[in-house]
Amino acid sequence: MSYIAKPKVAHPSLPRNRLGLTVRDYEGTVSTLCAGCGHDSVTAAIIQAVFELNVEPHMLAKMSGIGCSSKTPAYFVSQSHGFNSVHGRMASVTTGANAANRDLLYIGVSGDGDSLSIGVGQFVHAIRRNLNMCYIIENNGVYGLTKGQFSASADIGTLPKKGMPNQQEPIDPVSTALSLGATYIARSFSGDKSQLVPLIQGALMHDGFALVDVISPCVTFNDHEGSTKSYAHTRQFYHHVVDADFIAPAEEIKAAYDEGSAMPVELHDGSRIVLRKIDKEYDPTSRAKAFKFLRERFHAGEIITGLLYIDEARKEMHDLMGNVDTPLAQLPLDTLHPGKQELKKILSRYR
Amino acid sequence: MASVNDVVIKIATVNGTGSASANGLLMKSIFRMGIPVVGKNYFPSNIQGLPTWYEIRVTGDGYQARSNRVDVMVAMNAQTYARDLAEVSSGGWLLYDSTWPRSKLLDRDDITVIGIPLSRMCNENFEGVRARILMKNIAYAGALSALLAIDLDIVTELLEETYASKKHLIAANMQAIRLGYDYAQQHYSCPLPTKVAPMHGTEGSIVIDGNTAAGLGCMYAGATVGAWYPITPSTSLMDAFRAFCSKYRIDPKTNKRTYCIIQAEDELAAIGMVLGASWIGARSFTPTSGPGISLMSEFIGFAYYAEVPAVIFNVQRTGPSTGMPTRTQQADILSCAYASHGDTKHVLLFPADPGECFYMAQQAFDFAERLQTPVMVLSDLDIGMNDWMVPEFDWDEDYVYDRGKVLSAEDLENMENFYRYFDVDGDGIPYRTLPGVHPKGAYFTRGSGHTKYGSYTEDSAEYRDVMDRLLLKWETARKIMPEPEIRYSRFNKSAILTVGSGGGACVEALDRLQAENVSLNYCRVRAFPFSDAIKDFIDKHEVVYVVEQNRDAQLRTILMLDSDADPARLVPLLHYDGMPLNAAFVVDRVLAEIAKGRAA
Repeated sequence: MSYIAKPKVAHPSLPRNRLGLTVRDYEGTVSTLCAGCGHDSVTAAIIQAVFELNVEPHMLAKMSGIGCSSKTPAYFVSQSHGFNSVHGRMASVTTGANAANRDLLYIGVSGDGDSLSIGVGQFVHAIRRNLNMCYIIENNGVYGLTKGQFSASADIGTLPKKGMPNQQEPIDPVSTALSLGATYIARSFSGDKSQLVPLIQGALMHDGFALVDVISPCVTFNDHEGSTKSYAHTRQFYHHVVDADFIAPAEEIKAAYDEGSAMPVELHDGSRIVLRKIDKEYDPTSRAKAFKFLRERFHAGEIITGLLYIDEARKEMHDLMGNVDTPLAQLPLDTLHPGKQELKKILSRYR
Repeated sequence: MASVNDVVIKIATVNGTGSASANGLLMKSIFRMGIPVVGKNYFPSNIQGLPTWYEIRVTGDGYQARSNRVDVMVAMNAQTYARDLAEVSSGGWLLYDSTWPRSKLLDRDDITVIGIPLSRMCNENFEGVRARILMKNIAYAGALSALLAIDLDIVTELLEETYASKKHLIAANMQAIRLGYDYAQQHYSCPLPTKVAPMHGTEGSIVIDGNTAAGLGCMYAGATVGAWYPITPSTSLMDAFRAFCSKYRIDPKTNKRTYCIIQAEDELAAIGMVLGASWIGARSFTPTSGPGISLMSEFIGFAYYAEVPAVIFNVQRTGPSTGMPTRTQQADILSCAYASHGDTKHVLLFPADPGECFYMAQQAFDFAERLQTPVMVLSDLDIGMNDWMVPEFDWDEDYVYDRGKVLSAEDLENMENFYRYFDVDGDGIPYRTLPGVHPKGAYFTRGSGHTKYGSYTEDSAEYRDVMDRLLLKWETARKIMPEPEIRYSRFNKSAILTVGSGGGACVEALDRLQAENVSLNYCRVRAFPFSDAIKDFIDKHEVVYVVEQNRDAQLRTILMLDSDADPARLVPLLHYDGMPLNAAFVVDRVLAEIAKGRAA
């Protein structure tokens, strides 16, 4: 066997969530990524996020394409179905899956190659449809499995391990999503779990397309001096502009917020996200202002993080189409046609 | 030339001028007189301004193919006039708009030319450019009604049905019909010696195109998710599905839809959506054509290996590359049979007419779920977009959908362990689970190497284990595929074997060859993998003429690959110019082979 099962031993003192599950119940097989890979930290954040959200494992669907990032759904929630599709095509599979069963929570894990090069078309169109899913990009600026080629998110001037610096404009998933009308856009850093976990929770509970772009350094091919996606560079240049606290439906808001800087947003299931503006200038409800701010800071070399845009008003794919609430896959087939006599009537038009 | 109920009418017009309704009216009127008809539309890949032809074959014998004759040409397009004139069979008639002189009128003395001043009459009687153009078409339908003895009461009845909701149009259309009809009556001896006469050859039949039939079949099959990218000639399949769903798939309580049609960004996404929806447990499909199959191939291979059901309609058009998008062919047999890299092969269904499109649409979903694999329905432009007379479809109220081996929450609750790719029953088909049902059913669907337990592997033996089981599943598929249509006339040493839309022309050719004292047996394959009956049939004959509509003998190739048939017996008869097959081609080629010394 070429995969390693994780031993399932839970210490009796481990906390349990409302379903009686421990965080261990949300784990998957042992990661086969490089030691220190940012992606493993994102996996850990996902595990914590769904544990705290009391997600029933079978009601979560884990979607991915191809690449280092796309392997990770095997490393969390082994009691959820996973679909490790083909390169750059996770979005379409998730669109079809969601079309067939809107009751599941869809978490897609992709990478910068998978989403911004080979899969940029599907990424873009999933946003257009406002597909109800949490779309995580583990963004490290390089292709790892093929040994260190630049990806489309590599910044101008960033240095590879060997060879010439990148000269092409990067595709920034956040500003791309903003321009396309994504309804939940966040960016974070794999090394900042306290920021990342509530962003993932909000993304899962948001009704519509939720992007979480996570700078997730590649320790093997892109963590050197001169790389703009290294741990050191990210730590030095990243800024929280809006943090988010995720509050489950039944919970009370306990933290004390400063008047004026905290903004609660109610989600469709009754949970809330409290946005905390770190940067007073930033407005996470205005696409135009957010876009301007992001571009300016980007050109200044800053990595802007937090819940950067949210729009709870726009309908998600099914509601835009006017589809029934029942998952289509659960409708009994013999209720889906008008029967023998009506067939006769239909065919009378062809006489 | 004199005949009753054996006439080919060809109408040459310019596309975008609204001639389709006049042509449909003519065909339907003849059909309503109880006379079998065949309608073929030869149209350009263009929106407006290029030549287009509609051919109505009136066939009292009830044949299904086009004819290679033209008895009555309606030459409405100056651009193609010379060519249309040349195409009329000797002894035939040519009807033209005599509003303007035609310099080439005297080109032929073996046909009769009939001039009707259609434009002048319509310009005098109708206001507005659009109305005049449209009514000119209706007026030639009127003239043909007089010339061929088409029942005017039936024409009236059809117009009243067509414009039931736009009653003001009935009078204008009837006026145009009368203009043509009366002019022909007054100036020519009507009817012509070649004409139609009422008969009882259409009871229990309908006239429908294959894409509409397939779309209807998908609705009855319970498909809920349709994903597609528009491509000629498959587009009208999804249009039909949408039209039927918008009537029959609206939840009466909430007024919401029980179907979801997604127009994808490309075919790569369309098939991805189908796989996602099928994986979740919905019946999902995509209609496409050859170029779409090329784009979908990676995912088709994924679905084969990860064992995800999918239904794909390939309404084939003329390739390679963009080819001739509005012409027909059967040239995707190989690319579908073995779509995608690595060792893959796929279940194919070959409908021969719209009736089989309806029934095979349902079968395709059953097979896809039973076999957990993509199933492709290989229709073609001729079947998909032309009007065919076929027996009315029936729906069996006792029909039970085959959802295949899917474990319920209860099944899973009572199981020790679930392994996705375990061959429990020895038929090569594993059990599957659907997301959202039970945590014990969870597995990781992947196109990477996997063990029979569903986990990742790079181990040779574990990899081979799954690949060999897939072969066993292929043999299971072979046992449940629809049987071929076989006709033995007597102890013939030779036979014709064909596929799909070639059936009509071959059956007609058998009759014509019989008249020449050449007796052949007949086999039409309906599915791939090939059932044992096909191998037996080939083995029983010294010569099997394999009639198909592509250049490279693709059906013959997969016969050799999959049924181990003796290649020496399989004589290819290949028709690949983009036009539907006709019986004369088959007859001539068979006779030529016999003349060369081939056994009859």
